[in-house]
Amino acid sequence: MHHAGQQDRLADLRHRIARLEGSSQKVKPLPFGLGEIDGHLPGGGLARGALHEMIEAGLASEFAGCTTLFTAGIAARLKGPVLWCLSRQDLFAPGLLRAGLHPDRVIYAEAERDRDILPLIEEGLREKGLAAVVGEVSRLGLAASRRLQLAAEATGVTALVIRRWWTLAEKDLVHLPTAAVTRWRITPVSSEAMPAPGLGRERWQIELLRCRGAEPRTWILEACDAKGRLALPADLADRSDQAADRRAAAR
Amino acid sequence: MTVHTVGSRRAVRAACAAAQAAGLHVGMVLAQAQALVPNLHVVEATPDEDEASLRELARWAIGYSPVVAPDPPDGLWIDIAGVAHLFGGEEELLADLTSRLGRQGIASKAAVADAPGAAWAVARYGSGGVVPTGRTADAVATLSIRALRMAADKLGALHRLGIERIGQLAAMPRAPLVRRFGRDVALRLDQAMGHAFEPITPLIPREAPTAAIAFAEPIGRLDDLKSVVLRLAKDLCRQLERRGEGVRRLDLLCQRVDQKSACLRVGTARANRDAVHLARLFDERLQAIDPGFGIEEIVLVASKVEPLTETQVQVHGLSDEVAMEADIGPLVDRLGARIGMRKVYRLAPVQSLVPERMARRIPALAPPTGSIWPENLPRPTRLLDPPEPVVATALLPDHPPRFFIWRKVKHTVAKADGPERIAPEWWNGDKGSAARDYYRVETMQGGRFWIFRDAPTAEGGRWWMHGFFS
Repeated sequence: MHHAGQQDRLADLRHRIARLEGSSQKVKPLPFGLGEIDGHLPGGGLARGALHEMIEAGLASEFAGCTTLFTAGIAARLKGPVLWCLSRQDLFAPGLLRAGLHPDRVIYAEAERDRDILPLIEEGLREKGLAAVVGEVSRLGLAASRRLQLAAEATGVTALVIRRWWTLAEKDLVHLPTAAVTRWRITPVSSEAMPAPGLGRERWQIELLRCRGAEPRTWILEACDAKGRLALPADLADRSDQAADRRAAAR
Repeated sequence: MTVHTVGSRRAVRAACAAAQAAGLHVGMVLAQAQALVPNLHVVEATPDEDEASLRELARWAIGYSPVVAPDPPDGLWIDIAGVAHLFGGEEELLADLTSRLGRQGIASKAAVADAPGAAWAVARYGSGGVVPTGRTADAVATLSIRALRMAADKLGALHRLGIERIGQLAAMPRAPLVRRFGRDVALRLDQAMGHAFEPITPLIPREAPTAAIAFAEPIGRLDDLKSVVLRLAKDLCRQLERRGEGVRRLDLLCQRVDQKSACLRVGTARANRDAVHLARLFDERLQAIDPGFGIEEIVLVASKVEPLTETQVQVHGLSDEVAMEADIGPLVDRLGARIGMRKVYRLAPVQSLVPERMARRIPALAPPTGSIWPENLPRPTRLLDPPEPVVATALLPDHPPRFFIWRKVKHTVAKADGPERIAPEWWNGDKGSAARDYYRVETMQGGRFWIFRDAPTAEGGRWWMHGFFS
């Protein structure tokens, strides 16, 4: 009797905390389709109606090649049209098709400065019919990101922000805090050795740097396929289990 | 060449470029002109028809700005404040305007300046083009005083004093100037310098649906403006409903107490007569209106309309495309109102393998093309335009490089794939035979690049960086 009452109270508290945190539990998160990631993320996937931030690391990180594909893969797995707010004209649309994002689904809006891009992203987030809004910005302050997060929460449209930069000073800005629900960092790593000359599937180190309700974590995964899905590398498939074993042994 | 009668003389009123090259000029006596060019084609001038054509041209120019007024006999005023960004800037707007006029066979000269008088002077007596903000006085100082729109006798009097340039006139003490030549000379000078305000009375096409409201007490608060715009939009939409039309372009003209006017323009991607939506397009930009001492009249003009029949709302969930068609229109309008319709677009596949040509822009609300690029092509997500030179070393000719230096950093290639030859497409206008051999290379760190060689190694092919997979 006493025990059941405690359970009720706990459930009530959880409910209240969820409401305070403002995470909309109405829409189910978008699963990556990989137990490793989905099991780690709260709710079993990437929260919809929330702001997510993508940062690229690596040698040509100012071009955000991997991040673009990673983001396109997420957008491709959502249903409906996508608004892509561009700041530079270097996007190569045929490349997005590799993640399964159909050209008919994407509307591009172009502006040069961050202060012009941010209102476009917000305008898109206020439109219920969209699946996602992708925005390329270099400066994303706390106030601006909070505003985008609120707009996304209100309509359930997912906001995916790709951080871009040209100068080192701008690159350092990506370490500053934002109100994004998750922050990801994608770094290209060496792909699987092929028995013959040629290239296999790209391989990324995907770091979850920040996530509301989950610990930071790192995975090494194979890049998006034609349906926008990531995959576990065959030769590394059991690595995370080993890590868990090691942690268990150390305890 | 056209002629008209001035007093008892027959004088040249307008001459085409060929006639001007033959030495004829406006104001010349006809007999003298005929002496210069014996087989001259002379047409009687028809000022009424000229004026009607000018009004017609002014109505066409409403495509550029809501505030357009004919300036007889041969000029047009276009107030481009607040609309130049829709064309990508003032320079671009001017270039667009003159090239379109040129294609219609109308020779034109145009200028942009802070003040109407300055633009008038620079367009007619200067080199045309854009006068930078704040440089008005410099731009007009060297022009002839004929650029001041003064009566002929005042001009003659100034000439007798040896004053030929506006700068000279501006340097004269003001009080004697007014006493001697009258107030209008000083006024014209101030207008050209941008010191005196000169209103442009906009031409409103008679057939355009219009909703107007005049206030007994001038208004100025943003909330008031918003509610007025909504009320006007509702009024306008009722008119449009009767006519079976929808708005494609909407102009808001605010007349201030001090005779200055402010205007805003928004476009829609599809004919629309939803008053709430149309009013909302102005919402963000109403803040830009400076009400000054108050606004006493607001006019809302549907300057471009299209037939719009009532359509049944599509049932959602039939397919993605249908849902998109039904939902996205208002968003595209709002984005277009912010950055201009030409910066909101979709990219449609083009049947070409040359990377720079693989996509073309189509309007955001164009029907779905359904076509895609060939799916198995490994293409980067980001493209460098133009490609950047790379110093690369390959072990064997026509092999992928082992090392390459790009932006002063040396990369060691671990794996590579290629070559993929992309031949020039002569049917698309490519000249020469620069076939490109593309390689996908992965460096030791894992970064993947798309590099190409523009000719075989034996023919001195150079390497270029063109795109990024990661």
